[in-house]
Amino acid sequence: MARPVRFNLKQKDTKDWGINMADAPEGLTGEGFFATSLDKVVGMARKNSLWPLPFATSCCGIEFMATMGSHYDLSRFGAERVGFSPRQCDLLMVMGTIAKKMGPVVKQVYLQMAEPRWVIAVGACASSGGIFDTYSVLQGIDQVVPVDVYVPGCPPRPEAIIDGFMKIQDLVENESLRRRTGDKYKALLESYGIQ
Amino acid sequence: MSLINENIQKELVEKFGESLTEWSDTYNMLSFTAPKDLNLKVLNFLYDQPLLGFQFLTDITAVHYPNRTSEELCVVYHLHNLRENTRLRFKVFTPSAQPDVYSATALFSSANWMERETYDFFGVNFVGHPNLKRILNVDEMDYFPLRKEFPLEDQTRIDKDDDMFGR
Repeated sequence: MARPVRFNLKQKDTKDWGINMADAPEGLTGEGFFATSLDKVVGMARKNSLWPLPFATSCCGIEFMATMGSHYDLSRFGAERVGFSPRQCDLLMVMGTIAKKMGPVVKQVYLQMAEPRWVIAVGACASSGGIFDTYSVLQGIDQVVPVDVYVPGCPPRPEAIIDGFMKIQDLVENESLRRRTGDKYKALLESYGIQ
Repeated sequence: MSLINENIQKELVEKFGESLTEWSDTYNMLSFTAPKDLNLKVLNFLYDQPLLGFQFLTDITAVHYPNRTSEELCVVYHLHNLRENTRLRFKVFTPSAQPDVYSATALFSSANWMERETYDFFGVNFVGHPNLKRILNVDEMDYFPLRKEFPLEDQTRIDKDDDMFGR
């Protein structure tokens, strides 16, 4: 009797599956070797394996859930693994209104992340306080932590969040390995009172 | 004697006489004003009197009336008789220069957080409260945000990034 299931007897062509392989960085290729700079290899690896830490407080967080869902699927960009421990994550995604009382919490989470770390402010509230021009709301998370990418919108659509994520990927890919130890970066952290 | 608003008013007037004022009956909810020194006596009377039995404190809040000179702040108590399902509201007024009102925490434990909230937003100083500090706003806030002493949008503030809004 024929087996009802194929058990991968036939080898399939992976091109048909729509799997995107990361492009190799520029370098010298020859028979049996490939040479490039360390910056580029590290950049490529980091770019395609970012671990986001969602800090979702309101409606932008719902949009992020859609972004993580199967329809928009942030996993395609190597961000499959959403971590809920700041110690393991590379990318802090702040989505939603941050009250002034929560400002120290955002900063604490940022401090707990290991270098290199990136921050994306999703939505009008996280970027600037949004419509909440009031005594209780932080007027943008860049008051407490340095932000790499701002995504406008109230709330932004998942496409916009993905666009912001790709901007982060560009930053990650092209970041110099010396940036985090440089004087400019130290001065930036110093301006936020972070040692 | 059933617990209707006329009877509640009669009981209270019998006990406190002319000191209770501004009686009104809006949407079948009795409302009156007491002198602020009497607030605990009124609460106790409403609680203990078997005919009244207002033993549930629904809410404490405050209202700022900038035009009522020397009694700018109004503390509002909402009480509920759960057995008869009757509600009642009474107010005490206090000057914003010295907003001292006796704390109801000895009678209602639930008044603890409500009074902290009222202090937080209006600066009413509840005398006798065990832990009167801010509850919702940041500790370092140095004003009482719901008092009508501030413009809705403060043009002098520096924490708003104008580049984002094109103002």
